[in-house]
Amino acid sequence: MLSARERELLIELWDRLTPAAEHIGSEALLRMFTTFPKTKTYFAHLDLSARSEHLRSIGKRIVEAIAEGTRHIGTAQFTANLSYLSRFHAYQLRIHPTNFKLFNHCMLVTLACYLGEDFSPRAHAATDKYLSAYAAVLAEKFR
Amino acid sequence: MVEWTDAERSAITGLWGKISVDEIGPQALSRLLIVAPWTQRHFASFGNLSSPAAIMGNPKVAAHGKTVMGGLDRAVKNLDNIKAAYAGLSVMHSEKLHVDPDNFRLLSDCITVCVAMKFGPSCFSPDVQEAWQKFLAVVASALSRQYH
Repeated sequence: MLSARERELLIELWDRLTPAAEHIGSEALLRMFTTFPKTKTYFAHLDLSARSEHLRSIGKRIVEAIAEGTRHIGTAQFTANLSYLSRFHAYQLRIHPTNFKLFNHCMLVTLACYLGEDFSPRAHAATDKYLSAYAAVLAEKFR
Repeated sequence: MVEWTDAERSAITGLWGKISVDEIGPQALSRLLIVAPWTQRHFASFGNLSSPAAIMGNPKVAAHGKTVMGGLDRAVKNLDNIKAAYAGLSVMHSEKLHVDPDNFRLLSDCITVCVAMKFGPSCFSPDVQEAWQKFLAVVASALSRQYH
């Protein structure tokens, strides 16, 4: 459950990160593929080397989607807006749900690397909760 | 038997050499208690844990953070036999402390976030992260080994 204060924190944080969406997103993905090699199995058809075109464009899309979602936390709009992505992850990508946790963790590590001290315990907790809620909606249609 | 590449060994010992147990330990334990509040169940005797500020200022949390983080030293010095090195601690965490081993993974993640904050993206590169997380996973596994 996210409080009003946490929602504000998240909107502000992800607004600040959006200009660097490509950088942050591609690094989170690279960290996930390096630390948890099994996650690469879902991307066997792509070039996943550091700073590749694929990594940057997918990373950018992911961060922009996460940022957009912060504006609708706690509303019916949140689930409604994610309907397409939810179907995509369930019926096309068919990703094993445990992998969302791995990505979320690598996103937290990436934020920690770039924000340093600014990645306060409150920001860490709010982001962790938000990303978990986001992943839950993405996995909703799995069965 | 865990296989470490030379690159992994060097990443782990190199990073450990730069880590200040007194600095990172308290931060990591505080984050665990804030980000995963159910872990507070093991620290009922620590006094005020009612808010992030209280947790971050709590001297017992800080002291315990140093103890736990310092415990990793034994693993760094025994990379080829972490399982044996932690057998006693594993029994203690199971029989005396009754800690759910999933919490070891949570604490590992918090330690990793604190290390990432401290060292930034070029020092704590994806390859270093891989080695460090593999190391923490082996430690967590060794701590869970004696549970029955």
